[in-house]
Amino acid sequence: MTAVVTAPRAARHRPAVVEMVIEHARLWALFLVVVVWVAIWAVTQGQDTLALSASAITDTHRQLQDASNWVEDAASSGSSVWVNAANNFADWINSVFEWLQHIFTVPEFPRPLPQIGWLGTIALAALVTFAVAGWRSLLLVVPSFLAFGFLGYWTDSIDLLLVTGIAVVIAAAVGIPLGLWMGHSKVVTAIVTPVLDFMQTMPSFVYLLPISILFGIGAAAAIIVTLIYATPPVVRITAHGIRTLPAGVMEATASMGQSRRQRLTKVELPLAKRTIIVGINQTMMAALSMATIAAFIDGPGLGQPVLDGLKRGQLGTSFVAGIAIVIMAIMLDRTTTAASVRSEQASRADQAHTALRRGALGAGAIGTLVALYLSHNYVWANEFPSSPDLGTPIRNKVDDFGQWLLTDVSSLTTSIETTFTEKFLNPVQSLIAESPWYVTAAAFALIAVIVGGMRAFLFTVVCLAGIYYLDLWNFAMITLTSVLVATAIVVLLAVVVGVWMGRSRVVDRIIRPFLDAGQTMPPFVFLIPIFILFGPNRFTAMVAGIIYAAPVAIKLVADGIRGVSTETVEAAESSGTNKWQMITKVQLPMSRGSLLLATNQGLLYVLSMVVIGGMAGAGALGFDIVHGFRNSSYVGRGLAAGISVVLLGIMLDRITTYGAERAQRSQDSSGRTAARWRKVLRLSPAPQGLAHG
Amino acid sequence: MTQTENRPQAENAAPEGTDLALRVESLWKIFGPRADKIIGTPDADLSRADLKRKTGCVVGVRDVSFEVAPGEVFVVMGLSGSGKSTLVRCLTRLIEPTAGKVEVGGVDVSNASESQLRDLRRHHVSMVFQHFGLLPHRQVIDNVAYGLEVRGMGRKERRAKAEEVVGLVGLDGYERSYPDQLSGGMQQRVGLARALAGDPDILLFDEPFSALDPLIRRDMQNEVIRLHHELGKTMVFITHDLQEALKLGDRILIMRDGALVQLGTPDEVVAAPADDYVRDFTSEVPRSHVLTLRWVMREPRDDDSLEGPVMSPDTIVRQAARAALASDHPVRVMEEGRLIGIVDDDAILRMVVAETDAPDEDGVPA
Repeated sequence: MTAVVTAPRAARHRPAVVEMVIEHARLWALFLVVVVWVAIWAVTQGQDTLALSASAITDTHRQLQDASNWVEDAASSGSSVWVNAANNFADWINSVFEWLQHIFTVPEFPRPLPQIGWLGTIALAALVTFAVAGWRSLLLVVPSFLAFGFLGYWTDSIDLLLVTGIAVVIAAAVGIPLGLWMGHSKVVTAIVTPVLDFMQTMPSFVYLLPISILFGIGAAAAIIVTLIYATPPVVRITAHGIRTLPAGVMEATASMGQSRRQRLTKVELPLAKRTIIVGINQTMMAALSMATIAAFIDGPGLGQPVLDGLKRGQLGTSFVAGIAIVIMAIMLDRTTTAASVRSEQASRADQAHTALRRGALGAGAIGTLVALYLSHNYVWANEFPSSPDLGTPIRNKVDDFGQWLLTDVSSLTTSIETTFTEKFLNPVQSLIAESPWYVTAAAFALIAVIVGGMRAFLFTVVCLAGIYYLDLWNFAMITLTSVLVATAIVVLLAVVVGVWMGRSRVVDRIIRPFLDAGQTMPPFVFLIPIFILFGPNRFTAMVAGIIYAAPVAIKLVADGIRGVSTETVEAAESSGTNKWQMITKVQLPMSRGSLLLATNQGLLYVLSMVVIGGMAGAGALGFDIVHGFRNSSYVGRGLAAGISVVLLGIMLDRITTYGAERAQRSQDSSGRTAARWRKVLRLSPAPQGLAHG
Repeated sequence: MTQTENRPQAENAAPEGTDLALRVESLWKIFGPRADKIIGTPDADLSRADLKRKTGCVVGVRDVSFEVAPGEVFVVMGLSGSGKSTLVRCLTRLIEPTAGKVEVGGVDVSNASESQLRDLRRHHVSMVFQHFGLLPHRQVIDNVAYGLEVRGMGRKERRAKAEEVVGLVGLDGYERSYPDQLSGGMQQRVGLARALAGDPDILLFDEPFSALDPLIRRDMQNEVIRLHHELGKTMVFITHDLQEALKLGDRILIMRDGALVQLGTPDEVVAAPADDYVRDFTSEVPRSHVLTLRWVMREPRDDDSLEGPVMSPDTIVRQAARAALASDHPVRVMEEGRLIGIVDDDAILRMVVAETDAPDEDGVPA
């Protein structure tokens, strides 16, 4: 009996240091792992690093090469039913694309010009915009289209829109029914969710090589890769929309004796319409970003001039095309967002308003027909006028600026880059990549256990074993270093800015629009300005990755801080907590689930960017993938690099996801599901249409 | 089955007639895996908590039987978690019962096919929900017409019919409003109108007024009473509010942990609670407002005065009090011309004045 009574008293009298260690046991364990790791590294550095020369090809790579050759042979000889079916699909897509191209961008013999030129295209776009998003969006759409032309990229812009458009239409046609099915069936959800998880963990760049092996390169492959990358959001968000329909309404309407079909068409689709459009918005933004990257496999559109410019060092060209991509991203995002808002207002419009709108639509349709006629028959309305030319002056300015940087200021940018690389990046890289492989592997496995528990450990071991098997260990570790260092900076940034935003509504209101805009940008365009500033190297890819990942991470932390209940904050305040204590003792600890989630998203975003940066001189796995496209004898090694990237992604994702779940579980269970949904929605602003019900 | 000896009509049967509106027989609902295997085994007799611990299943409704006569207002009462909402959902199989039988108007619902069930819901039984369950994207008129719409009625016809019902529940002028533009009370009027629009035989109410504030709740209760007088529909009314149950119900079924605890008229429930649970429930009720003379009279004796006022045994004590106390002679309780009991001033005073006293069994007739 006495022991039971005295035990807590003894605990209360433990020394403060011991208290601290126990309280932050996991942090201390991590610290210990790193210390031991550094100690071992100091003695064993350079042994068993599994470094591979840039041109070496191993047996594993050869096996992958053989597999890809088999697929290519099967594709050309038609010997496999599956490959055949895939190719028929690709042919069909290609014919659709070419048909549309002949209408909008490519002349078909004997016509010297496409069927419909700029005037008709803009009129058509305006009509569609007016119909789905309302007249206000015209103020954005029409100038955007004009800007494509004046920047000198009319054809590339329309091609990119066609690729994106075809992919989005197919993604919606497949994704919405699948999402509806998932919304109704737990079994389907259980089957589809892991697949979607996996698809969204994969960096966009990794999709390119296998798709190009199966479908070759060109428009069809670009559309298919875009389609695959862009489908998950609409599936997830549709399913979410169905699942979160107000139960009361569903039950009440069921009690009236509706059939399944009536339930779908009269209740579910109208109620979930707005959410589904949000899903289409997300899918469209994903499609745009993939369609630009698809330039690597010869996908048509604005990605081409960007890539060309980067390859040839004509940064002005990349920059101008990048501007066109940014304009397109803003245009598509704003228009679909307006469409989702309008979908609710439209049904409530009074009759006079509806009549007015119908009239305007009719007039618009007639105007569009006239524009189409003119555009078909007159050169001035078909070929985009060459002046005013906005593209050339910008291009020249940027080129001059780049030149100036190179000659006059390069010492500054170079010194930033070298200082960072030497003082910070190289030591970490040395630890991770130059320790014997088994030491690094053991260290990561231990970290996984500490952060994410047993499941994370298992995933880590399997992924690391896979990377080892693929013979690219050293390169994988170099890529991993870039990812970890960049993510550390992202998280630091996220905590500073996120806490600031979370604590002040004013700051939030000012910063959030920039973050929203940053999130809609295709990752490719982030690379351009950084490339201009710092040239081709690891550092450029990392900075681009940081900029790409920061918005997501900052938003997550800000929402986490804001999510701490006001009651808790007030209670802490009333007991005399100062500002610093409030942040470190209340708000940050209580939002540590969000912090881990921010880390998770930061890792995946940075990884995807660092890999793309492989073509911009970042080397390592990214370079191997690019090399795989360019040189047919390195396809096997490229594939190995791609799979290694996927394995890295899964490992990092699992460690942090399980860690976040654990952190949330210790807080509350509802926060965990909230966190999961935030991730599912890919952090889009919450669909507000569901709030009232 | 818990029954009290001294209840005058201790029957689950409806009071009159043979054409029952609703008949429920040994209804069970157990939530959880392989729930149907539990009924008939000793496990079925376990308490809710024990069953949950042993099998992971939760009992929603436990072996409930009752009958409802046409035109009757039948109230099911219980605290939250007592299974009353589950019970009412089993009636139209919004929740699939695990075992037992439900008959509506003599038609077996339990084994109805999907299309029969749809027909039942479309034409014979409508439900009003606690949280209204209105379609936010539809105007009031189209919400009310929804039931008619799913029947396949044309737009013009169903809107005309809906217009009529909207007037009936006092929502004239709000046909074109959207649900979120209406107050809670008005939204529930829409819910009521929607249920009435299909002209069903039976109306089910699932705690329809719990989400409303007290004044609106009283209005809506009166509205239901008015509609019952005008339309004479059979109603099954779920509530956790005893006052509401006493006010509306012809008979009251009290549930606890999924099982039937007591079934009787309001005065039976108050005067002769079946057990401590019901007694606890009813202890706050002003008994003189509910009990009739039947519950306070005593056997006539030879020496009783025959000059006192004559009253029916169904007179509420409170209504009888003034006349009884004004007279020097005790009240004579007559039924079908026969003297069946005597009420002394004493008995009335004890009821009216000592409202808070613990209920005693003295006033119960032999």
